[in-house]
Amino acid sequence: MTKLTGTGGLVRLVLRRDRLLMPVWIGFLCLVLISFPSSLREVFPTAAERRQYADSPGFVALYGRLSGSSLGEFVAWRAGFLPVIVGLIGLLTVIRHTRVEEETGRRELLGATAIGRHAGLIAALAAALGANLVLAALVTLSMTGQDLPVAGSVAFGLELAAAGAVFAAVGAVAAQLTSSATGARGIATTVLGAAYLLPVAGDLSDHADGSLAWLSWLSPIGWVHRIQPYGRDRWSILALAAALTAVLMAAAIALSARRDLGAGLLPPRPGPATATPYLRTPLALAWRLHRGLLAGWTAGFAVLGVVFGSLAEGIGDLQRDNPTLRDIFARMGGPTGLIDAYLAGIMGILGLIAAAYSIQATLRLQLEETSGRAEPILATAVSRLRWAGSHLTFTLLGPTVALATAGLTTGLTYGLSTAHPGRQLPRLLGAATVQLPAVWVLAATAVALFGLLPRLAPATWGALAACLLVFMVGAAMHLSHWLLDLSPFTHIPKAPGAAVSATPLVWLTATAAALTAAGLNGLRHRDIPST
Amino acid sequence: MTAEAVRAAGLFKAFGTTRALDGLELTVRADEVHGFLGPNGAGKTTTMRILLGLVRADAGTARLLGGDCWQDATALHRQLAYVPGDVVLWPNLSGGEVIDLLGRLRGGLNQRRRAELVERFDLDPRKKGRAYSRGNRQKVALVAALASDVELLLLDEPTAGLDPLMEDVFRQVIREDQCRDGRTVLLSSHILAEVEALCDRVTIIRDGRTVETGTLDELRHLTRTSIQAELAGPPTGLAALLGVHNLRAEDGRVRFDVDASGLDAALRQLTEVGVRSLVSRPPTLEELFLRHYQQTEVANGGRAELSR
Repeated sequence: MTKLTGTGGLVRLVLRRDRLLMPVWIGFLCLVLISFPSSLREVFPTAAERRQYADSPGFVALYGRLSGSSLGEFVAWRAGFLPVIVGLIGLLTVIRHTRVEEETGRRELLGATAIGRHAGLIAALAAALGANLVLAALVTLSMTGQDLPVAGSVAFGLELAAAGAVFAAVGAVAAQLTSSATGARGIATTVLGAAYLLPVAGDLSDHADGSLAWLSWLSPIGWVHRIQPYGRDRWSILALAAALTAVLMAAAIALSARRDLGAGLLPPRPGPATATPYLRTPLALAWRLHRGLLAGWTAGFAVLGVVFGSLAEGIGDLQRDNPTLRDIFARMGGPTGLIDAYLAGIMGILGLIAAAYSIQATLRLQLEETSGRAEPILATAVSRLRWAGSHLTFTLLGPTVALATAGLTTGLTYGLSTAHPGRQLPRLLGAATVQLPAVWVLAATAVALFGLLPRLAPATWGALAACLLVFMVGAAMHLSHWLLDLSPFTHIPKAPGAAVSATPLVWLTATAAALTAAGLNGLRHRDIPST
Repeated sequence: MTAEAVRAAGLFKAFGTTRALDGLELTVRADEVHGFLGPNGAGKTTTMRILLGLVRADAGTARLLGGDCWQDATALHRQLAYVPGDVVLWPNLSGGEVIDLLGRLRGGLNQRRRAELVERFDLDPRKKGRAYSRGNRQKVALVAALASDVELLLLDEPTAGLDPLMEDVFRQVIREDQCRDGRTVLLSSHILAEVEALCDRVTIIRDGRTVETGTLDELRHLTRTSIQAELAGPPTGLAALLGVHNLRAEDGRVRFDVDASGLDAALRQLTEVGVRSLVSRPPTLEELFLRHYQQTEVANGGRAELSR
């Protein structure tokens, strides 16, 4: 067992490095789940309402098929997307502690000490599996605490943990294939994406004629959905997931034994020996650095638009019968028209997500500085403003492209379901882009901090979290008006539906411009790298 | 062209409570290769960043090629190329792309020269940034800088990651450049042989202050010669002489180091006793630098002994 020497110490290292990250995501998921039983019981008190809600194709695609109509089953069904999120965390965790470590050279430092060949890989897997078991235990406790049956709660917790374990092992295999962490993440998330989409196709077919229902059985996400906690509690599927995890882990270990430190099994693709004629400005460089991010977010927004757009008709039917639900959407999206209220709420959510993208893109600027990559650029005939401007172009225009795409796909799918695409498309495109001034205010906050108080720039994420909180619960918790007014999203008109007045949009845009100008002015006068 | 390519006078810079520069002086004449030396943390990189207008000095003046380093930064950068001490590349750009990009941002790249340098440094320009070793990242930055038609090169420990073969290529290239078009080079380095081979003049700094500046010959005069001699009798009176250090005597042999100022008197004393054999060794650069690098020494007015 000398190949495993030192595993214990490495597990402790992983836990030490993730001592904040792991409790945060586990705690966050538990908090989300704890709110489910009581709120769902309130909104959907009868089995008939639950069945009706779960029967629309949009929800089948998002959460899978509802197995039975007890509250527990409904909660587990409604949490049907969580296995994908837990899986994503699992694979990211393992890649973070294996391939990233190798790429940065830290693994080499450790590898030279008395540590077995497989210790690093096993330690990362052990920590990821351990975290998933803790999640399972806490979910079980949370759910039994909400008066749900014990056996079902155990099955529910293990459903999530099983998804986490399988995709942690997928991450371990992917980490052996490429020499770059980005490549490994790409491979593993592609597998996860396929594992999500296969049951979508399978379940939709099951919902219709059933000819392609077998597709769901090709995916671990489809498997864990079929555990059906609180209903049939199929424990055998857990064994299936455990077996797949074991096989994947064995494969990762076998692959790892066949390669050198730092190398991948797939050869890295060489780049061009000379740059294309276009790569001659800071903006061209920024395009190279941002295009992947832009493509990823735009694709994500397109999918969200399709999902939300296809749900709209069904939401309208539901709300007519369900006063509680009607209240919720009226609160989020304004009082006019049920479907418009739903769509306005959706656009608000998309705006907040777009703000996350724009903050991420803005903080790239800071990453360039702290990593030392800004220095060689600024030592050429490129001024600070031109350098910052090249990145800010993507900070401001990236969310524009993403939101417009989501507006288009929402309008198209909803429009087609109402047979009035020509009418819905421009309305929803407008409703999506009307979010932009608020998005820009958050991006500009990041710019201002980056220029004036660079160490605090990541705190912009906190500002976004506050806006999210105000958006989700602000009105319900009767927060005072000025507190609500602090979030730029409060001032965005509830479109579609409500009349769009230009005044708040102009004000928000002006605020964003002022914050950006202050940040850039700070950048012009401070040291680079900042101290 | 101005006679002075770089002039920094009375530079002060504090980062929080740490004082990085404490009245630093640096003058680089046009067309010379100037060595910039100092222990880690002495302020070499901070000085480079001030010269590049990335960091602003708290006090003092910093001028390059007749312009102000902070005010005229962007315009000045057209005439200079910089190689940072720790080269970080974009993970998804190939080395060749980075060379072209940096060259173009600077205002142009000599394509023939680029091809020649890639060849001589044995660099694979098709690799992506994340795949390069430290030395190869350094080569990418060096090729980008050396292939640019600029007046001034600012090189911050440019050979730190290179193997001896590549270090040699670097020296050849700098020397050839110097013969051909005589550009100014400010070279910070720890490799003394490199400094000795390339530099016309050097500046040594410690704790943010300039402690020595001049040609290598001038600096050598400031330090000690090592003497080894076989004597006819006991080395009387030698220990009492001013400027004699580390005296050791056994079996009629003596070894000692002597300051330039005390050399004459010491040799007179030796011939008085009778010399059978004599080896005199000029101070190595190593000794020269160690004397300046070691903290306690200068504090004691340069009279403390080097530990052996």
